[in-house]
Amino acid sequence: MPVPAHLEFFIDPSRCIGCQACVQACSECDTHRGESMIHLEYVDRSSSVQTVPVVCMHCEQPTCAEVCPADAIKRTADGVVQSARKPRCIACGNCVVACPFGVPELYLDQQIMMKCDMCYDRSSAGKRPMCTTVCPSQALFFGTREQILALRPQSTPVNRFRFGDQTITTRVSMMAPKGVARDVIVDVVAAMDERARGRTVRLPVLGADAADPFADVEV
Amino acid sequence: MATIPVDDLEITRAFGPHLSASIRGPASGEPDKLVKTHCCFCGQQCGIQLKVRNNEVIGFEPWEEFPFNRGMLCPKGVKRYLQGSHPDRLLTAVRRDPAAPGGFRAMPYAEAIALAAREIARLQKEHGPGAVGVLGGASLTTEKTYLLGKFARVCLKTPYIDYNGRLCMVSAGAANKKAFGIDRTTNPWSDMVGTEVIWVAGSNVAECSPITTNYIWQAREMGAKVIVQDPRITPVARTCDLYLPVKPGRDAALFAGVLQIMIEKGWVDRDFIDAHTVGFDKVEEYCAQWTPARTAEVTGVPERSLRAAAEMWGTAKSSFLFHARGIEHHSNGVQNSLGTINLVLASGRIGKPKCGYGTIVGQANGQGGREHGQKCDQLPGWRDISNPEHRKYIASVWGVEEASIPGPGVDAYEMFRKIDAGEIKGLISICFNPKISLPDNEFIARALEKLEFYVAIDFFLNDSARHADLILPGSLQEEDEGTVTQVEGRVIKINEAVQCPGEAKRDWVIIQDLAAALGRPHGFTFGSAREIFEELRVASKGGVADYSGITYEKIEQQMGVFWPCYSHDPETGAPTPDHPGTPRLFEPGSYNPVAKGAGPFYFPDGRARFNVADYRAPVDDASEDYPLFLTTGRVVSQFLSGTQTRRIGPLVKQYPEPRIEMHPRLAEKLGIADKEWATCETRRGEITLRAMVVTTIRPDTVFVPYHWPGDKSANRLTVAAQDPISKIPQYKVCGCRVRKAAGPPPYAATHEAQQ
Repeated sequence: MPVPAHLEFFIDPSRCIGCQACVQACSECDTHRGESMIHLEYVDRSSSVQTVPVVCMHCEQPTCAEVCPADAIKRTADGVVQSARKPRCIACGNCVVACPFGVPELYLDQQIMMKCDMCYDRSSAGKRPMCTTVCPSQALFFGTREQILALRPQSTPVNRFRFGDQTITTRVSMMAPKGVARDVIVDVVAAMDERARGRTVRLPVLGADAADPFADVEV
Repeated sequence: MATIPVDDLEITRAFGPHLSASIRGPASGEPDKLVKTHCCFCGQQCGIQLKVRNNEVIGFEPWEEFPFNRGMLCPKGVKRYLQGSHPDRLLTAVRRDPAAPGGFRAMPYAEAIALAAREIARLQKEHGPGAVGVLGGASLTTEKTYLLGKFARVCLKTPYIDYNGRLCMVSAGAANKKAFGIDRTTNPWSDMVGTEVIWVAGSNVAECSPITTNYIWQAREMGAKVIVQDPRITPVARTCDLYLPVKPGRDAALFAGVLQIMIEKGWVDRDFIDAHTVGFDKVEEYCAQWTPARTAEVTGVPERSLRAAAEMWGTAKSSFLFHARGIEHHSNGVQNSLGTINLVLASGRIGKPKCGYGTIVGQANGQGGREHGQKCDQLPGWRDISNPEHRKYIASVWGVEEASIPGPGVDAYEMFRKIDAGEIKGLISICFNPKISLPDNEFIARALEKLEFYVAIDFFLNDSARHADLILPGSLQEEDEGTVTQVEGRVIKINEAVQCPGEAKRDWVIIQDLAAALGRPHGFTFGSAREIFEELRVASKGGVADYSGITYEKIEQQMGVFWPCYSHDPETGAPTPDHPGTPRLFEPGSYNPVAKGAGPFYFPDGRARFNVADYRAPVDDASEDYPLFLTTGRVVSQFLSGTQTRRIGPLVKQYPEPRIEMHPRLAEKLGIADKEWATCETRRGEITLRAMVVTTIRPDTVFVPYHWPGDKSANRLTVAAQDPISKIPQYKVCGCRVRKAAGPPPYAATHEAQQ
């Protein structure tokens, strides 16, 4: 059974609390060989508790599949980009280097690339992917667009991304805040001061004066 | 004889903690059955389905229908199944024997029970019934806690029973009793969504009660402002609307200061105060001294933030406030808790939809475990052991003379002082690991060594049980059935997934076997957990925590029942077999058996009590010699003293060892870089851990998580100061100093991360 088209995957990093329930649950999925396919990293723990969960974005035209010399990566008709197929994958790592989102990972001991397959064994059997089911902050959400719009009035799903000249449309959406992003607090000292100070995040990855990464994206 | 039999490391090599052997692979296979039950760890009690094959728990499947968590789990819940079939599991009784490998040798169960009974009887015969004490725990089912309380009072006739909730819920409980006359969160968590303001006081929700996060986030989506009061920027504080970086131990001052601004601005509900409360005048008088300037100076929170908090809280139409150990683990813990209640009562926002107050319980049965008689001053149904009427009723349920029930005992820490003084010579413990979890735990270790006879009931050999003469093999949560009461006051059902392996027994069976071996089986002949629950229903009837209308069937049908749930209408006495329970307390016009219709609160006049919530500086506060604040707490992948979670490989990998969290300003001053070894020292002792240099903690404060034993144990440092009312220890603050360590500590070369 294909994954129904009306069921979508949404990621809201502003909700993530870094608990790793998703990572721990991912490794429980029957097709994941006891490994977790999710990357959950601190952006920079020295200056923030912010964490970012990364699952496969399931691109319409998956770069990983396009660069695969062995044709080991398939996108099924329901829009799910599958993990590498065992007999074909030559563990060359092309997909790892090419993926604009940094998702695929090479397991040298097993000589295969594995990545998030949206828990295909579950999602193709009418269940939600394991990570979205357990996520205690629902930073990872699986459901209909109507559900997410009703539940998250303060943000908008975005599923087109631009990398240089390449525009990528994905089956998975990121929740981007409507209007101005919420201020975040990164240093206790700023909150201890009598004089109110800017609390905008100034992390190396996203300078405060950087252009809005979603500015030209049609939504 | 309770010194450890052989070198500690030798015991560790034999009994662990080792890491769970089975990391699940694709070949785990199909389960024989899925058992709907709940997680064995924190007080959220998430619904979960355990996959069982051949009497082994082999995995989990989310339980999406259970209304509280709808399938959500934290990493502990996901990996909790790995505690079963563990190589460290005690499959027989073991007896202290310095000649045996690891210091303990296996002993047949029946002989072990006979030995325990003989020693207990000897000590009681020689020194009186009070020579033997009992320690219980709030991760046990309510049935077990009920039986344990009854065992102490009826079988042993000792006043000395207390439990590890003493380190957890007692400040909140005492404050609730003083202010409301009932001790329970007022509203279901679903009431949070749609409220205007949520105030999180001293609760690292993301790590200690992760499922609550989604409720907060969902409330925020619907427009709620979030206030977080914490010395650290926790994951929920990171994006909150107002962050109050309070200095450890200053919470009562903060609440008084905010209330003072609300009073000045007229942001209090005078109509509600006049109609439904008493005592506001004294609180008003007290708060006058807490000007914004003084409050800012004492609490370390700037005036602008105090004013913002007062405005946000004071002008809202609906609100939810909850607190946890951050404000409760203090020698001023009851006052801190009362301070939050004053803010709630002054706002008049209680007893209504979207208007709630709650305290987040830490343990699986943090709520139920404090209601039915394992506390030193309590009898079932939240009854008072010093109240003649209450004693008479319970004596009639138990079929004993009222005079035979001992009076109040002492709190768990005081029991150790009595052990140290030689008054208590024998100890029976279950679900309690005081050598890791009590403050100033070098003292606890010395006290354990003085015991003449110590028998522990446990499934793994925990650190305290290393001092025991005998360990009886108890049951894991999934090996028994029973009820627990979770954070909202919802009574839920734990179901048996597998049977005890080897000679291990369900805990209540062990307690009854001891009673039988002592020759006093009267009242300890239950054939099942259900039979215990049926007696508990009767025993709780007419008490404030009335469970009389709850049945296992009703719990299953309703997916939990909020107490009080009456078998007979408290007003008319008519049978109410369909009573649904009480999800929301204090609703206008509600009837309760204490107020008898006079009002919604549980006092004869039906009114809530304001209490002057007096600020007192912490004991052993930061000083010239010890200039920093030490505060302690949890990490998301570990639970309590780690007896279970330090044995689960993936959870250990997530956060292997404790670290000392400090701000870069402090680290720079001390010349300590991230990941370097640093030594934290207090008046009790010192420990050396790696530094974790982060901007998310106050520069005058360091944080150490407490889940580890021995030379990594944060409670070597903490102070045994206790709240005068609740007797909760002051874990959350003491003076300390930190220096760069000369090199790695000895344990780094000898112990694995989790040991």
